[in-house]
Amino acid sequence: MTMNDIYIHAKNLVYAYREEDGLKMPVLHGISLDIKRGEYVAVLGHNGSGKSTFAKLLNMILEPESGELVVAGRDLCSPELTEDDLFALRREVGMVFQNPDNQLVATIVEEDVAFGPENLGVPPAEIRKRVDEALETVGMTAYARHEPHRLSGGQKQRIAIAGVLAMRPSCVILDEATAMLDPVGRREVIETVERLNREAGMTVITITHYMNEAARADRVVVIDDGRILMDGTPREVFSQPEKLMAAGLDVPQCTALVHALSEEGISLKGTPITTEECADLICRALEEKKNGNRNA
Amino acid sequence: MKLILSILYIVCTFLCKNVLSFALLLLSAVLLLLISRIPPRIVLRSLRALLFVMLFTAVLNLLFTKGETELFAFWRIHVYVEGVYSAVFMLVRIMVLILSTSLFLTYTTTPIALTDAIESLLSPLRVVHLPVHEFAMMMTIALRFIPTLMEETDKIMNAQKARGVDFSSGGLIKRAKALIPILIPLFISAFRRADELAMAMECRCYRGGKGRTKMRVSHLHASDFVALLMMVLFGAAVLYLNRLGLFYTL
Repeated sequence: MTMNDIYIHAKNLVYAYREEDGLKMPVLHGISLDIKRGEYVAVLGHNGSGKSTFAKLLNMILEPESGELVVAGRDLCSPELTEDDLFALRREVGMVFQNPDNQLVATIVEEDVAFGPENLGVPPAEIRKRVDEALETVGMTAYARHEPHRLSGGQKQRIAIAGVLAMRPSCVILDEATAMLDPVGRREVIETVERLNREAGMTVITITHYMNEAARADRVVVIDDGRILMDGTPREVFSQPEKLMAAGLDVPQCTALVHALSEEGISLKGTPITTEECADLICRALEEKKNGNRNA
Repeated sequence: MKLILSILYIVCTFLCKNVLSFALLLLSAVLLLLISRIPPRIVLRSLRALLFVMLFTAVLNLLFTKGETELFAFWRIHVYVEGVYSAVFMLVRIMVLILSTSLFLTYTTTPIALTDAIESLLSPLRVVHLPVHEFAMMMTIALRFIPTLMEETDKIMNAQKARGVDFSSGGLIKRAKALIPILIPLFISAFRRADELAMAMECRCYRGGKGRTKMRVSHLHASDFVALLMMVLFGAAVLYLNRLGLFYTL
């Protein structure tokens, strides 16, 4: 792996919130992590584990206390980081937050999507083009002239994603962007970012506590109490349910089912992470059992 | 441009002083209505909302204008011809005011275009370091969050009702007091929203008006100048009719 492939490089990253009385509340105790360009990473962790803090460090909403952090070739800990660098970074690393209502600025959908490029000083004709493209990508072209407050949660989040896309970023971070949505809205958002990852090769980092969402990523990073607890493919991570539960997390329902079965003495081979895989596995096991009984 | 025109129109409304100029005013309002093709029902509804204010001012004018020719007197109330005139004038004036502002601004202009207009109109004030862009941004955000906060108020109200807060009985003071448990959570949540919104805006590279462009750039067309010319002519006509002083003059 060459240096160019690494999109985010963090080493011993430490962050502490400052309380009102001047005391420091440590949140991240040394995170070391490399994320490649084009990777689809899910960051898991229970409330207060520091997963959102980590996301906010990546585009300098928060400044790290100590450690190394290089994002998209910019050293975020260097003292010579200028304000212009900061804006260049935020253009490249787009962020979508939890509450869809609190991140839309304008009263009309397309104006809101235009907000980012307007801030960047893009010429009007180019903004128009970008807005249309971004809305097309998230499948919201038909709603360009609508008022955001009349849309559903999932639609609003797709508008927020379009607003990020219009800035032509190389990475999208979803900071619990699906937490306030219903299942339909959640699927809309997840499918949109997955398409961005697969078709446009965009680096996607999704901060979540939904296991089923994490199971769809290329890689799962589990953060617990400000440290990285686990890091691997969804299959590797979910095959250790005890460790996950110790961190206050669940495993996907199907994984939990297989795990419970094995505790009862029915062991199935492999760790399924999707419902289909799980169903296949169980069917196959039943089939084998039937054949075994017949032979005996 | 539209903003300037409607302000001019309002000024004209107040300049009108006699029967003829009021007739012209009414005629122009009706013409504008026809051109805009807004369903009359919607316009009537907007008028109805202010019916009480209109009637109240009319009655006040009727009763308290003292003139020379008494129309009739009842007990200690004297109604003069002048009173009748001024009441009718006031009524027409308010009606035209409502019609014209809603025509020019609310029914045919998007809020975005309106804030853009305010921003460009106030832009000369930038010389004296007035934060014009910030002001326009504030208006946009305020407009964006009105429906959101209204929904929120509704939700909080229901939540408090579920806990047994009674909003609909008692005197004025008691009812006002009952609003406190709504206002406090509303303020807290508004502040939290503001905080999150500020962060989201920063993430989208917002740094004030400096170096900012606009997707929609509005240009002045020939028709805008024609409209301005017509408005000036209209104003002149009103002034001229006032000077004629035919019939009754205020």
